[in-house]
Amino acid sequence: MSARFEIAPPPSGPVPYPRELSIKLLTDMLRIRRLEEKCAELYGAGKIRGFLHLYIGEEAVAAGSLPALAPEDNVVATYREHGHALLRGVSMNAIMAEMFGKREGCSRGRGGSMHLFDAAARFFGGNAIVGGGLPLAVGLALASQMQKRKRVTACYFGEGAVAEGAFHESMNLAQLWHLPVAWFLENNHYAMGTSVERSESQTDFCIKAAAFGMPTLKVDGMDVVAVHEVAKRACAQVRAGEGPVFVEFNTYRFRAHSMFDAELYRDKAEVELWKTRGPIHTFSARLKDQGDLTEEQFLEIDRAVMAEVQRAVDFAEAGAWEPVEHLLKDVYAP
Amino acid sequence: MIEFKLPSLGADMEEGKLVEWKIKPGDAVKRGQVIAIVDTSKAAVDIEIWQDGVVSELITQPGETVPVGTVMARIDGTAPAVAVPAQPGAAPAAVRRRVSPAARKHAQEKGVDLEKIVGTGPQGAVTVEDVEKAALVQRQAKLEKARAEAPRSSIETPKIEEKTIEAKTAAASDRALEMRKAIAAAMSRSKREIPHYYLSQPIPMQHALDWLSAENSQRPITGRLLPAVLQLKAVALTLADFSDLNGFYQNGGYHPSKQVHVGVAISLRQGGLVAPAIHDVAELPLDDLMKALADLVRRARAGSLRSSEMSDPTITVSNLGEGGVEAVFPIIYPPQVAIVGFGTLAPRPWVTPDGGLRAMPTVVASLGADHRVSDGHRGALFLAALGQRLQEPETL
Amino acid sequence: MTITYREALRQGLYDAFEKDERVFLMGEDVGKYGGTYAVSKGMLERYGPERVRDAPLSELAFVGAGIGAAIGGMRPIVEVMTVNFSMLALDQIVNTAAMLRHMSGGQFEAPVVIRMSTGAGRQLAAQHSNTLEAWYAHVPGLKVVAAATIDDAHGMVLAALDDPNPVVIFEYPALFELRGDVVHPSVDIATAKVMRPGNKVTLVTYGACLHKTLEAAEAVDGEVIDLRVLRPLDMAPVFESVRKTRRAIIVDEGWRSGSIAAEIMARIVEGAFYELDAPLARVCREEVPIPYPKHLEEAALPQVEKIVAAAKELLG
Repeated sequence: MSARFEIAPPPSGPVPYPRELSIKLLTDMLRIRRLEEKCAELYGAGKIRGFLHLYIGEEAVAAGSLPALAPEDNVVATYREHGHALLRGVSMNAIMAEMFGKREGCSRGRGGSMHLFDAAARFFGGNAIVGGGLPLAVGLALASQMQKRKRVTACYFGEGAVAEGAFHESMNLAQLWHLPVAWFLENNHYAMGTSVERSESQTDFCIKAAAFGMPTLKVDGMDVVAVHEVAKRACAQVRAGEGPVFVEFNTYRFRAHSMFDAELYRDKAEVELWKTRGPIHTFSARLKDQGDLTEEQFLEIDRAVMAEVQRAVDFAEAGAWEPVEHLLKDVYAP
Repeated sequence: MIEFKLPSLGADMEEGKLVEWKIKPGDAVKRGQVIAIVDTSKAAVDIEIWQDGVVSELITQPGETVPVGTVMARIDGTAPAVAVPAQPGAAPAAVRRRVSPAARKHAQEKGVDLEKIVGTGPQGAVTVEDVEKAALVQRQAKLEKARAEAPRSSIETPKIEEKTIEAKTAAASDRALEMRKAIAAAMSRSKREIPHYYLSQPIPMQHALDWLSAENSQRPITGRLLPAVLQLKAVALTLADFSDLNGFYQNGGYHPSKQVHVGVAISLRQGGLVAPAIHDVAELPLDDLMKALADLVRRARAGSLRSSEMSDPTITVSNLGEGGVEAVFPIIYPPQVAIVGFGTLAPRPWVTPDGGLRAMPTVVASLGADHRVSDGHRGALFLAALGQRLQEPETL
Repeated sequence: MTITYREALRQGLYDAFEKDERVFLMGEDVGKYGGTYAVSKGMLERYGPERVRDAPLSELAFVGAGIGAAIGGMRPIVEVMTVNFSMLALDQIVNTAAMLRHMSGGQFEAPVVIRMSTGAGRQLAAQHSNTLEAWYAHVPGLKVVAAATIDDAHGMVLAALDDPNPVVIFEYPALFELRGDVVHPSVDIATAKVMRPGNKVTLVTYGACLHKTLEAAEAVDGEVIDLRVLRPLDMAPVFESVRKTRRAIIVDEGWRSGSIAAEIMARIVEGAFYELDAPLARVCREEVPIPYPKHLEEAALPQVEKIVAAAKELLG
């Protein structure tokens, strides 16, 4: 068996937060999980179509890192971005309506799962081309720098993007110009069906980033506490004008690349092993251990989240289809 | 400032050649005054102006050929400038006909005149199929012509005294060619656009002729009335009850005319024909009408018609009585909506009310009318009324 | 025995691998994953990782590497997952593959075969629904083909490998479940083909639109021509057909401006103007990025009804 199977033990130890923050982090992860489980169900029912890339298993990264950002900061994400959009403040209703393709969706139904956008949340999408968001983040950061704003641009991307030329070019520019970008690499180990070992000559991504002269941080992406701490540090550093910071979150997706794939590329046992490190159950166990959470309380939170999900589904169902006459809208400024 | 533009004097007129200005800068002009003579493909026409004013500038030079609508002169208006009223007979701005490239090539190869073809393709375009149909018709016509080498009947109209025109031969032959083209264009357009229906009816003329000879016996030879005058007047009077036969079909709609200006088809010596108007025929006493007719024929043949005469006819009468034909099936001159034909006035067998048979001078009156505006029933009523009117010559 | 379009593509790859040892397949997830669209499923097991090479998400690099390998004497088949991602490799395809022969004065050639899927119709939204065949067809030095039939899905890769020029093959996920027989085991990549004779109107198309066009042709007695080769274009069958029908409609899934349709129309006007009995028409993608909802996506794409309506308009 490969070295991948020798993974770290599940996250453990005390959670050093006030209960309120701990419950928020737990709730946020649950919101992503339940939202996406419902999406998978609705995909099966034909309500959601196209591609649907689920984040299930990786929730701790979004839940721990997004609270480190301020409202005026920018967020650039990938096509696996439902969780980021949700925790950045896009309403679950608007996300679900977008999944349905309804005009009440956050992109007026035009974008679907891979193209969630929200100007108010400074959420710049939803990019479906691997590596496509990185140069965009460089540009957003450049604008902030030129406007002398203390604004962080957080750019989430997968490890598959590291193989793209756009990654290397963007790293270089960001460091060269000392731009305020927080590079958030979500290393889930598989670029679609190709594992890191089969696509990267140097599998330590921090070494690559360091080659550009960039400060790097590496963290267990299944541990929401660790993620939150590192994200706060990285964002503070960027906001302080110290140039870009590169953070690798070591994580894992529990489900297929998109809705379905044959998963010929990984062993089921590997997936099961990673599930023992699942961010939600390990975190709730830690909270229970220190008396911050009871099973009853967990179930109550879960019920509330499920209710929110159901409201979002109802909202999306009740939404309207954009009339065909509007087909050519939003190609050019009016 | 008034812009004096070359008016369109008929559906087929696209350009005109300025022969002469009758005015010069500084001249005062009055509404209705002839200010220029313009050579059209049909005739040299006196052009009137429709506003009062003082000539400020003559733009077009004599000898120049300009398209309809060209500003030829500028007139300082004494009154607020009024736009030149649309000439009733004015054609809509010339639009290039839609002919598919293949149809154009095909027509050239087969020697078919595209102008005579009705298009059935998208947006009324002439297609290859249309050309092929036309070519077939043309072939058949040639065959028939070859088969029956009958002498062609001339198209002379009312026998009126006329003066010989001293036409320059070269110009005349040019004009004949141009006129042929113009007639072709107008008649093709008519057949293309106007769904004609035809009716004819023999009219006994015994009473009218009797009345006429009594009238003429009191007149000097030069003042004698012709049956054609009775027919013209009868047509004009009858039209009072048939507004759907007297007017213009333009821009997709019918516009009846209150006045009755009867166009008279006049064949010309060098070939071709014109159909200038006699204005307000219904109001002219027969003697005046006779004079007007004689004058019109003379001027038509001399090539000096007035623009209003060219553009004003609200209906046309075509009398081919001289040719010996029994009946005429005339083609409407667009944008008019009707044309009345008269054949030869000759004795024909007639069944009297008591069942007897006798020779009766009759004329066959025919009506070609635009089915977009009127129906056969109306046309029949018109011919009946016209026949009745000719039984009462004293009311004319 | 009928097979699917997907199986025909796979069969073509197998045939190519058997025929020439220099042939290898390279691209994203062609091996262990089994091919994005399962086209190369089973090939890794059969031919091993030397000849079935998974590449990282490095389109510029691995497409360029395929070009280099071809120059170096191999016979690479490079699979770009979709035309959408091929934009990242455009520089190598245009500036190297297409131009090498000419700029080296004929000394070098790059007989690379680049396969990519293309087209919309599966609610994949803006960035995954492009149809950019026209971009490639614009470039001298490339041969560009579109596989719209079972025969072409199978045979085009073989013909492309036999061709000394760089060849871009477009494949259509919208057709992957299409069934039929391989009737002609070997096909050319030089000619357009009349797919349905007809009399009233010539319908010129390529790719996935072929099947919509064939359906529409039934309603209007259309003669359907599958261009097959988008560069260099074979206009002879088009001219011949237009001489008969005197009308032509181009059905093109690409955006209309600067499209294959625009090029075909221009050539008909240049070469058969006097054969035309009606203006040329085209049914193209609406000029909008593809929206996600099904009804809007359908409205944005050529459909049977739109083709029929366009034909009826031309027929007057």
